[in-house]
Amino acid sequence: MTNNLDESTSIHWHGLILPFQMDGVPKISYPGIAPGETFTYKFPIIQSGTYWFHSHSGFQEPDGAYGSIVIEPEKRDPFRFDKDYVVQFTDTHPHSGKRIFRNLKMSADYYNRQQQTIGDFFSDVSKNGLKATIDDRMAWGDMRMMKTDIEDVQGFTPLINGKGPEQNWTGLFEPKERIRLRLINSSAMTYFDVRIPGLKMTVVAADGNNVQPVTVDELRLGVAETYDVIVRPMDDKAYTIFGASMGRTAYARGTLAPREGMVADIPDMSKAPLLTMADMGMDHSNMKGMDHSNMKGMDHSNMMGMEQEKDSFYANGSGLVPTAANGGKFLSYADLKAQKPLYDDREATREIELRLTGNMERYIWSINGVKYEDADPIVLQYGERVRFKFVNETMMTHPMHLHGMWSILDVGAGKWDPAKHTISVAPGTTVYSETEVDAPGQWAFHCHLSFHMDAGMFRKIVVEGGPKSASLNPLDKGELQ
Amino acid sequence: MIELKKPLLTTAFSLSLLMPVAGHAMETSNIYYGVQMEEFEYRYGEGGEKLFAFDGDAFIGTDELKLRWEGSGELDLNVNRFESLSNQLALQTPISDFWDIKGGVRYSSPQGPDRWYAVVGLSGLAPQWIEVDTHLFLSEKGKLSADLDIEYEILLTNYLTLTPSANIDAAFSSDREIGVGSGINSVEAGLRLSYDVWDRILSPYVGVVYERKFGQTANYVEAEGESADIWYAVIGAKLMF
Repeated sequence: MTNNLDESTSIHWHGLILPFQMDGVPKISYPGIAPGETFTYKFPIIQSGTYWFHSHSGFQEPDGAYGSIVIEPEKRDPFRFDKDYVVQFTDTHPHSGKRIFRNLKMSADYYNRQQQTIGDFFSDVSKNGLKATIDDRMAWGDMRMMKTDIEDVQGFTPLINGKGPEQNWTGLFEPKERIRLRLINSSAMTYFDVRIPGLKMTVVAADGNNVQPVTVDELRLGVAETYDVIVRPMDDKAYTIFGASMGRTAYARGTLAPREGMVADIPDMSKAPLLTMADMGMDHSNMKGMDHSNMKGMDHSNMMGMEQEKDSFYANGSGLVPTAANGGKFLSYADLKAQKPLYDDREATREIELRLTGNMERYIWSINGVKYEDADPIVLQYGERVRFKFVNETMMTHPMHLHGMWSILDVGAGKWDPAKHTISVAPGTTVYSETEVDAPGQWAFHCHLSFHMDAGMFRKIVVEGGPKSASLNPLDKGELQ
Repeated sequence: MIELKKPLLTTAFSLSLLMPVAGHAMETSNIYYGVQMEEFEYRYGEGGEKLFAFDGDAFIGTDELKLRWEGSGELDLNVNRFESLSNQLALQTPISDFWDIKGGVRYSSPQGPDRWYAVVGLSGLAPQWIEVDTHLFLSEKGKLSADLDIEYEILLTNYLTLTPSANIDAAFSSDREIGVGSGINSVEAGLRLSYDVWDRILSPYVGVVYERKFGQTANYVEAEGESADIWYAVIGAKLMF
């Protein structure tokens, strides 16, 4: 790879298992690629599936340095499909990443144009009464937190394969064909709730690894995650691929159609969700202790949605619990079961607690209250199986990405727990994942929301021991020319 | 302003020594900056007073340590002289999730005698989203004074904001030379309706400001033939870069 920019760059192969010197993270895998310099990435391919790549330097990824990777399996996949499309989502912003970050540091709500207004106050008063509304606003004002802190960078245009909603990326099909859609979320900051009205989606892979097929109407595509789904349109008509941002500030739109130029209706985005006290980490015992008037101030529709179908990957009473627009099945992490486990199931050798922490007002994000620049690396021993306990103490959802080794997400399925590269941790929840420490060297581990990562929610992982060939000095093994 | 240059440069230099030069693994800088004008306005008083007033700040630094300039002034357009003008340079550091302390110097140079002050301050966000900025000043004449600024934003929509604000100046002893009496000597209350026309970079507003002087300070003002309390209509813009 030759750097033709006038600044240092890098490419990280997101989800690929490779020697750490080839992982493409400046100052961890290698020094980065200086302007005019060429670096040859050389590594064996030992996996198949849907992945992506992006720059790991500065704000080059939010500024557009990303792409998709499809690795064909040696043998055929255990499912059938006739067409195969990459559907890569991103959130392109009119401001440069550098400018967005400075604006957030200057004023953390700079891009939040969904804040509650005086109008919301009066409509809540008429719905819940004056006292309940005032108590509710006081409770949130006391914490200096906003219910609308779901997307901290708004004002972006969602793209599918580089095309905006009007440009309408279109994938062609013949009726009754099975279409494999490789959904990739390469956004800097945005989660998408993806559906194709009129079609069921059968999820066959998550983060590159095949899962036991599960048929859903809608799924939430976290930042940096990939899902492979199979759809089978029976009719000679167009279908809209619709990805509403989790905060409902914008949507991505593409089309599956028998012929170029055909379009289907674009659905309405549902109402923007609001965080609840449950997302603030107030657990149920606390909720009971709270004044009932506060409870009334909470959004009842969300509460009811929660009772219908509990998703243990959201806080009990969370405002973020997704529901399918057509009332059908919404994919939960709990539905993901490995097709063929990558590792034998065994007891973890130890547990490491990682509290996801931050200060929204100052736009500081951290792990265990410490920013990356002030933190010591996490040291793991080659051959151990570590159980990571993620405790999200913030009010935002964090897609945590471990480089170089799989994160086996604990969905309670034992040996069938799925191996992922990115684990989304909703506010107010605790999520566990286990990692077989089988890759020597040093690796990055971070929240994949670009501006959270840059603000400090990042750690270096050092794997000690293991095969000698893995030198800890990237320059020893680097291919810098 | 000329005198300010030297301390500004010296402080900036010493700050740069304090700050780590190395960035993150992501190779982004951890030094941030920003410039803001909370008030930048033309004031028209009930007695025909015409003023230009500004109140703003600029910072550079890290999450842990910032150098902040704060400036404010009122230029009387009828006689073309500054009724008030001050520039402050301070280092600022967080002491809790929502509060910062700051310490530095302020130079007040309106028409008439100038004053240097040593200043310590506290600024942050109080519960219920009330922005607070308060200072304690010790002048070169050994006189102690204080101010308190509070502000609250009411979102009529996500672009149209009504901002009530209040500013109180108090002195613990009088400084006759610069027309300051002891006790609370002036209160200014404002109500501004702004609209964000260009991101948060430019937000024009209209509003009203009520200014009232008290005690000895009021006497000094009245002795000069001015009124101790005035209503102004204001038009201006909030700016943020």
